[in-house]
Amino acid sequence: MKNKIAWLSAPYVLWMALVVVAPIIMVVFYAFTTAEGLAQWGEIPITEIFTLDNFARMGTYTVIFARSFQLALVATIVCLLLGYPLAYVMAKEGPGFQRMAMVLIMLPMWVNFLLRTYAWMAILENNGILNNFFEAIGLFDLINRIFGTDLTYFRMIRTQGAVVLGMVYNYLPFMVLPIYSVIIKLDHSLLEAARDLGANSAQVFRKVIFPLSLPGVLSGVTMVFVPSVSTFAISRMLGGNNQMLLGNLIEQQFLGGAYNPYLGSAIALVMMIIVIVCMVVMNHFGEGEEQAVML
Amino acid sequence: MSKELIRLSNCTMAFDGEVVLDGINLYINDKEFLTLLGPSGCGKTTTLRIIGGFQTPTSGDVFFDGVRINAVPPHKRAVNTVFQKYALFPHLNVYENIAFGLRLGKTDEKGKKVKLSEQEIHQRVMEMLEVVNLRGFEKRHISQLSGGQQQRVAIARALVNRPKVLLLDEPLGALDLKLRKDMQNELKRIQKAMEITFIYVTHDQEEALAMSDTVVVMDAGKIQQIGTPEDIYNEPKNAFVADFIGESNILDGIMRDDGVVEIFNRKFKCLDSGFEKDEPVDVVIRPEDVDIVPENEGQLKGTVTSVTFKGVHYDTIVDFYGFKWLIQTTDFCPVDSRIGIKIDPDGIHVMKKSHYSGMFGDYSSYSEEYEEISDASIDPEEEEQEGGNEE
Repeated sequence: MKNKIAWLSAPYVLWMALVVVAPIIMVVFYAFTTAEGLAQWGEIPITEIFTLDNFARMGTYTVIFARSFQLALVATIVCLLLGYPLAYVMAKEGPGFQRMAMVLIMLPMWVNFLLRTYAWMAILENNGILNNFFEAIGLFDLINRIFGTDLTYFRMIRTQGAVVLGMVYNYLPFMVLPIYSVIIKLDHSLLEAARDLGANSAQVFRKVIFPLSLPGVLSGVTMVFVPSVSTFAISRMLGGNNQMLLGNLIEQQFLGGAYNPYLGSAIALVMMIIVIVCMVVMNHFGEGEEQAVML
Repeated sequence: MSKELIRLSNCTMAFDGEVVLDGINLYINDKEFLTLLGPSGCGKTTTLRIIGGFQTPTSGDVFFDGVRINAVPPHKRAVNTVFQKYALFPHLNVYENIAFGLRLGKTDEKGKKVKLSEQEIHQRVMEMLEVVNLRGFEKRHISQLSGGQQQRVAIARALVNRPKVLLLDEPLGALDLKLRKDMQNELKRIQKAMEITFIYVTHDQEEALAMSDTVVVMDAGKIQQIGTPEDIYNEPKNAFVADFIGESNILDGIMRDDGVVEIFNRKFKCLDSGFEKDEPVDVVIRPEDVDIVPENEGQLKGTVTSVTFKGVHYDTIVDFYGFKWLIQTTDFCPVDSRIGIKIDPDGIHVMKKSHYSGMFGDYSSYSEEYEEISDASIDPEEEEQEGGNEE
């Protein structure tokens, strides 16, 4: 090691090796083996123990793959559409508004993630808070009278919408904060220079602020998309059985009735690779801007 | 000079009750190179920002070509700015930085949106790259440029819009001395070639004298003097200007008559007139206007306390009756030697007393004998029995 104090990082390196690198190696190992194969360890050639069987079986789950990436994508886009304007206004407003908005964004994060999601269950249930409220104000009566229907509740829970709502609610701060921190650090003289050269407010935003805030958008997108695509708690609590996502599928293979950690590992590996490819492509896309912020 | 282009009329600027500009009256002619010169905090940058439209004066008016433009936003003004730290767009290359203003689509006099063709943009950008000597750099990223090159891009980016006025806010501050001298000539050349008005902000008096048609010396939010570089240097209006522009010995004197000023109880011929009889005044004597002569021929006699070799000349500090003068001479006078000095009438400049009197123009701090604080009012007879030749 070149640096004399580099050994200070040894505990962390050890920790990483034990809880990150080792499990990944195990996942890769499991993904390419099966219970039957391993039972014959030493009896058949080692090349026959390693197999692509798990990957071949994955075709059955294409729907779940597609749904996971689709919902995560929708949640990410909604977070971006909600989060960017909020981050922009926060960065432009005075410190009073900034502090208040920051507290409001952070406040839910002081409550446990599962509790927050349980709260949404209570709100969205068929006889939950929201439906009771609609009942109380006579919304259902009104609708039934106009359309001649027989409505007693809105079906909100156990829908894709509820899952997306849960994702957006839980991960929105991870979109707002990186964008905010990039915009607040923008050199004010760049904005003055743009105005000086003849840009009106819209042009200043489109040609200077937005391109220079892309690194924040990229990290925000990453920080929302990755946990969204792999979540299993949100989908189980708000999506029920018919909105199963990759996270639930993997969980089932390890803990559920379908116990098959070899298949579970293979699914996890494929998901990881898809996510990594997405991120590499995106970061490549934003490379120029990344440099810009380093300046 | 030609016609008036910009006028600041009684402009005052206050931030949170703190006055940074105090009743500025200033007009700027077309095609003029005007410099706002002063120490930091004097209000020069604020003045520039008012002209650029980034600040609106608390009171007073700004006129451009006879039209009041107080409320006109920066993007609708026919001025462009070269910012102190260049403020180049880091996400664009050299070409796109320069083309930025051209791509915005301006509205012409008739209110019609004008969009330049790619071809025209290309031609004008290339033209500007030629002007600032950066041909071949168009694809470079901003981070790949040196400070001097970034400076040139900033100038090109502003000039490509063909503004009537270019505002420059200490544009050479971040460059090293050699490059700064080169860029001074370069800027002067560009200003002549483009035939537009330059308003230049600096705290560097040499820069101001070398480049400007008109220098505006500012301090404490007020204009202290407006004039050509020669006027400012030769005829400073008060002790502040005399001290800020070049080196000056500033002495207390009494105007005995038109053309006669008394310093250290000795009368000197000068060219100034129009003062009250026996009016107390400030007297400026530039270090290069003093001739060193043998002690017995001198109008004043003193002791050399320090000598510093400066290349072309020696900075010689001489103690006259307790007041230390700076004399710049090519003659070497050793420390502790006794010398006399002669000053021609045109080397003496008399100024009215101002609140700056007594604050500047004493070179005690140059001396190693720091404890011997100079005192101009000391009676020379105490120290020096035989006086100089009285007029």
